[in-house]
Amino acid sequence: MIREITIGQYYQTDSILHRLDPRVKLIGTILYIVSIFLYRKPLPFALAALFLVLCIMLSKVPFRYMIRGLKTILFLMLFTAAFNLFLTPGEIVWSIGKLGISKEGILATVYMILRMILLIIGSSLMTLTTTPNQLTDAMEKLLWPLTKIHLPVHEVAMMMSIALRFIPILLEETDKIMKAQMARGADFESGNLLKRMKAMVPLLVPLFIAAFRRANDLAMAMEARCYQGGEGRTKMKPLRYKGRDTGAFVVLICYLAAMIVLGKGLIPIL
Amino acid sequence: MFDIRNMVHEYFRRDEEGNVTGITTAVDHVNLQVAPGDFIAILGHNGSGKSTLAKHLNAILYPSEGSVWVDGMDTRDEEKLMAIRQTTGMVFQNPDNQIIAQLVEEDVGFGPENLGVPTDEIWQRVEESLKAVGMYEYRKKSPNRLSGGQKQRVSIAGVLAMHPKCIVLDEPTAMLDPSGRREVIRAARALNDVERITVILITHYMEEVVWADHIYVMDHGKVAMEGTPKEIFSRVEELLALRLSVPQVTLLAHELKKRGLPLPAGILTRDELVKELVKLKSRR
Amino acid sequence: MPIIIDHLTHEYETGTAMAHKALEDISLQIPDGQFVGLIGHTGSGKSSLIQHLNGLLKPTDGTVYVDGEDIFDKDYELKKLRSKVGLVFQYPEHQLFEADVFTDVCYGPKNLGLDQKEIELRAYEALKKVGFPDEAFYVSPFDLSGGQKRRVAIAGVLAMKPKVLILDEPTAGLDPKGRDEILELVRQMQRELQMTVILVSHSMEDVANYVDRILVMSKGRIILDGEPAEVFTHREELEEAGLALPQVTYVVQDLQKEGFHLEGSITTVSQAADAIMKEF
Repeated sequence: MIREITIGQYYQTDSILHRLDPRVKLIGTILYIVSIFLYRKPLPFALAALFLVLCIMLSKVPFRYMIRGLKTILFLMLFTAAFNLFLTPGEIVWSIGKLGISKEGILATVYMILRMILLIIGSSLMTLTTTPNQLTDAMEKLLWPLTKIHLPVHEVAMMMSIALRFIPILLEETDKIMKAQMARGADFESGNLLKRMKAMVPLLVPLFIAAFRRANDLAMAMEARCYQGGEGRTKMKPLRYKGRDTGAFVVLICYLAAMIVLGKGLIPIL
Repeated sequence: MFDIRNMVHEYFRRDEEGNVTGITTAVDHVNLQVAPGDFIAILGHNGSGKSTLAKHLNAILYPSEGSVWVDGMDTRDEEKLMAIRQTTGMVFQNPDNQIIAQLVEEDVGFGPENLGVPTDEIWQRVEESLKAVGMYEYRKKSPNRLSGGQKQRVSIAGVLAMHPKCIVLDEPTAMLDPSGRREVIRAARALNDVERITVILITHYMEEVVWADHIYVMDHGKVAMEGTPKEIFSRVEELLALRLSVPQVTLLAHELKKRGLPLPAGILTRDELVKELVKLKSRR
Repeated sequence: MPIIIDHLTHEYETGTAMAHKALEDISLQIPDGQFVGLIGHTGSGKSSLIQHLNGLLKPTDGTVYVDGEDIFDKDYELKKLRSKVGLVFQYPEHQLFEADVFTDVCYGPKNLGLDQKEIELRAYEALKKVGFPDEAFYVSPFDLSGGQKRRVAIAGVLAMKPKVLILDEPTAGLDPKGRDEILELVRQMQRELQMTVILVSHSMEDVANYVDRILVMSKGRIILDGEPAEVFTHREELEEAGLALPQVTYVVQDLQKEGFHLEGSITTVSQAADAIMKEF
């Protein structure tokens, strides 16, 4: 079950999207997310969905991988949907007791869900086509100006990339410890909140110890390989913009322009 | 290559408040010389001090007494630290805890990146190193999808890409299954045979040290035995007393000798034993 | 308390492109008090199999009967099963969490809902059984040596008084002496407590000396099942499954090819020595 969490997992294949500079993908994803929050009209949403579908097709990543990311936040989605549905004031169309559903509520819910779906799939698309290392490289490079004000940009980037590498390992470890304690009769599922929290101790203590042991080992291994922080390091895969990246920026700008045109209703016939 | 002189390593034991409650001597007056191109094995049970000794070879630890010289450099000389670590590469026990990157090739490139090697040369080194351990076709894979033996080979490649003169393998096979163990030992032997890299293998599996040029057996922080594999393996009783086990072939030869068969000392391989037994039988 | 495994199949990631069968149509019986060695290469399915016996994994198809009861029946109480079938995971010391050894061993029996006196009695007996010294009962488990930690972890399962004890690679990461000590301990417990023991390993040499029966797994199936000497005659199948015979078996087979008449089942060094000496 734990292996199924796909957010942050790289899908290995060769596509134009995989080959794009990660900075383009990072900026692109941020702009895309902004774009879906700009307007609440059907046409811009149709365009945003179309754009995303085209990107997914270009990425050669099977569609079900995008869906998996959604599963993990299904609960959150239903929860916010319910909130929107019942708590938006307006013209009531249907009601049970004190709870009423308004027309505005339905609309708000539909848009909210659409936004969340586009947002999650959009960002999964980035993480599925970009290795976390490329991503942290991109962040490091984009945030580099901040070193001027003494922010440890390289260190933070390194920390993130290591964290990402160890997440699957620690998840597997959690699964293993959980099973081992269950074999000793542990019960993680029943009882009230307090009881459940207490039941977590046999899981959390070994997990923390394991994490510290790994951190210790890793620090030693990095030192043994001459790691001394960002200074004097060269890059195996330095980031350089290529022709296709410029192309991607152009596409992105066109998309945003189209979004604004549609959103503002600048073309009267639509 | 290495010159360890009268080296002592002590750990302070501390109580909860951090007060020193005692001293543990992990390595106790060890002298050890290694020539370039050697394949050296250091054997010992858990807690015999062998891993502590290994960590001195690339200045992760410093001697409490005595000195450790790596290729003419004193490990306590802070200015030489990076040079020492580049000269001696380390591969550790847990395959998961020493791979830093998300892709095999990026991990192998990590060392050269730290050394400030130009980009084109990093790629060259990564390719050479992965080919040397037979992992080139896995270069685009995530380390999480590899077997334990493969992960350890990637770690060896990661060290190799730093162009070291020596590789120290600190129990690289302790967490692997038999086929993973074979893979790693084969890779280590190839480096020594083909690239003439000095290899120091730390282990408690006797089967893995049959090919070593020289073996040191450690116990209680001291060198308890040393010699060629033949010499060491002929001292079966002593090895057993040092909490080590002997390969079944050697054990069988020893048992047969005890029961009166005139077999030569220090039989290491199955073929040797069978040949000797056939020879003995034909004489009767 | 016999175990019957009935056409057990387990598939991971069913319905995706990554679907693969970890276990495929496994049927076998393990009678009371048997000492079984379960051998297989990493990824052969042995870990998946033992997790079914303890109800930690649910089968895709087929089932397991313990004591005549279907453990995957929805009315079956898994807690009851956990006190019958004890499972010691690989590197079990990684699950220790209490401040002292004794309390940690109490964790299992406490989960069974026993009264305090019984819990402590069981913990005490279990620690004695694994040869743990009295004076270290209140030491933090994290201050122990690797071999000692492992003993404590085994005691933690033993304190639940299982009738069946399953150990997943109990010797992994230990040095040779530590390995022999743990194996010897398991044998002794098996005899004294009349338990059924399933020992999972990837080393034939480790189990050959101890077990009554060897099960060899490869690619999710049981490919060989029999007494050690019988199983070792299937050299090709074993090598194909990525496993090696004990070195002595190879020596014996080589000698037989050279015209030695070595009789009987030979799986250990001393048996081999006996047989060879008869030739001189």
